Amino acid sequence: MAFNPTPRQFTAIKAGLFLLALVPLGRMVWLTLSGQLVEPLEFITRGTGDWVLYMLCITLAITPLRRLSGWNWVVKLRRMAGLYAFFYGFLHFLTFLWFDHFFDVQEMFKDVLKRPFITVGFIAFVLLIPLAVTSTNGMIRRLGGKRWQWLHRLIYVIAPLGILHFWWMKAGKNNFTQPIIFGLIVALLLGARIYWNRSKALAARA
Amino acid sequence: MLIKRSPNGTDIPFPSEITPQAVYEERRRFIARMAAGAVAGSALWEMANRQAFAQAPAAQKLAAKLNPAYSAIDKQTPFKDASTYNNFYEFGLDKSDPAQNAHTLKTRPWTVSIEGEVKKPMTLDLDSLLKLAPLEERVYRLRCVEGWSMVIPWVGYSLSELIKKVEPTGNAKFVEFVTLNDKAQMPGVGSRVLNWPYVEGLRMDEANHPLTLLTLGMYGQTLPNQNGAPVRIVVPWKYGFKSAKSIVKIRFVKDQPRTAWNVSAPSEYGFYSNVNPEVDHPRWSQASERRIGEDSFFQKKRKTLMFNGYGDVASLYTGMDLKKNF
Repeated sequence: MAFNPTPRQFTAIKAGLFLLALVPLGRMVWLTLSGQLVEPLEFITRGTGDWVLYMLCITLAITPLRRLSGWNWVVKLRRMAGLYAFFYGFLHFLTFLWFDHFFDVQEMFKDVLKRPFITVGFIAFVLLIPLAVTSTNGMIRRLGGKRWQWLHRLIYVIAPLGILHFWWMKAGKNNFTQPIIFGLIVALLLGARIYWNRSKALAARA
Repeated sequence: MLIKRSPNGTDIPFPSEITPQAVYEERRRFIARMAAGAVAGSALWEMANRQAFAQAPAAQKLAAKLNPAYSAIDKQTPFKDASTYNNFYEFGLDKSDPAQNAHTLKTRPWTVSIEGEVKKPMTLDLDSLLKLAPLEERVYRLRCVEGWSMVIPWVGYSLSELIKKVEPTGNAKFVEFVTLNDKAQMPGVGSRVLNWPYVEGLRMDEANHPLTLLTLGMYGQTLPNQNGAPVRIVVPWKYGFKSAKSIVKIRFVKDQPRTAWNVSAPSEYGFYSNVNPEVDHPRWSQASERRIGEDSFFQKKRKTLMFNGYGDVASLYTGMDLKKNF
C-alpha cells in the first residue's frame, strides 16, 4: 500500500490532476460559446459554485488521506487543490459581477449586503484571498510556519460558510439533498481532525 | 543500463512477479464486463431516448387567428428554447428535466372539472374545451420569477369565455387552478419541494381580465407536455409560476386559495406575484431580466417592465399597496 512515486511519477500525477481540474471550466466555456445552453448564466453560476465546494472538500481530504494511507506525498498536492478552490471561487464571483451585474460594482455591493446568502458566499470568497496570496513558498518563509498554519486554518471556517451559502440558495426550493451531502462530507473531514487532535492530546498526557 | 535477467534464463523474470492466472483472468473478465457494460449502457440509453420520442404524441396543428390587440411585437423565442427550458417540477427540478421526462404524461383522454361557487358545474373534455370559443393566437411575454423571460405565441381564448358558461355565484371571489397530481405519470411528484397537487389562483377580476388566457397550444400546435399540456392558464403580467399547467380542476371559491409556492415560502412568493421591478424577491433583484434566445450572455440584462409591460391591468390594483401585496 505504501505507494511512493518517484519524482517523475509525482510530476506526472500532478500535471494530470492539474489538467483534470481544468476540464469543468473547459466544458463550461465550450457549451457557452457553441451556443448549446439556453441560459448560460445559471449554468455557469452553478457549475463554478459546485466546483468550489468539490475543491474545498478535496483540499480538506488530503490530510486525512495522508494519515490513513501513509502516502505522505499527497500533501504536496494540497496547495494546488486549495488554489483551484480559489480559482473556481474567483470565476463564480466574476460570473456574478460580470454577467449578473455587468460590472456595476455599486449594484453588486447592494446585492451582497441585502441578501444574506450572497453575504455569506462573499465573505467565504474574501477569506480565500489571503490564503491564495500566501500560498507561495516565499510567503510561508516570510510568515513563519506556525503563523502561516494558523492563517490557513481559515479553511475550517471557509468550507462551512460555502456550504451555508449553498444551503441558503437551495432553501428556496426546499431542495437540501446536495447541501446535506456536502455538509456531511465536511463534518466528517473536520470531525476526523478533532478526533485525532484529542487522541494526540490524551496520548501526550498519559 | 541495468537489465534484469531472470535466474532461469528465460524472459520471465521472477516467479513472484508473475500474475497468477486466476487474478489476470478475473481482471480480463472485469475489463470485458466494463466494456460490454459501457456499450450496452449507451445502446440502452439511446433506445430509451428513442422510446421517449416515440411515446410522445405528435403535436397537432391548431388553427387560430392572431389577435393583434393582445399580441406583443417582441421577437419570438425559438420553439426549441421554449420547449426545452422549463420549470415544471412534476417532471424534475432541472430546466431540462421536463422535456426529457414529460413523455409519460397522458393528455388524452383528459377532463377538466369546473366546480365550487358556480350555478352550472361541469366536466369538460378536451374536445369540448377546444370548441368552447374561437381559438386565438396571442404573443405574450413570459417573465419567470428567476430573472429570465421568453416571448411565446400561445393558442387559446380568454378564460372569461369559460367563466361566462359556468355562471359563478355571488360567493365566487377567487378562482383556483389545480394541476394533475399523478405519481405514475409525473416522476417529480414524489419530491418534497412543494405540496402536491400544484395549486394556483387568481382573484375573480384578474381571472376575468381578457389577457388571462385559457391555453391549449403554442406555436400553432397543441402544447408540448413539458409546457403544460393539454390545457393550462397563462397570465402574462404575473411571474410564470402563477400560470398553472396541466389543469384538471378549476374551482370557484370564497377565500383566497392557498397557492403552492405561497405555502412553501410565504415570504418569497406572494399570492399576487405581479411582475414588479420595484419589489425584489428576497434573494435576488427583479429589476432586470435576460431574454432567452435573444439577449447575449455577454450583454447587460434588460430592464423589467411594471406588470411585464401590460400596464392595462394596473386598474385592477388601484389603492393597493403592491409592495405589501407582492
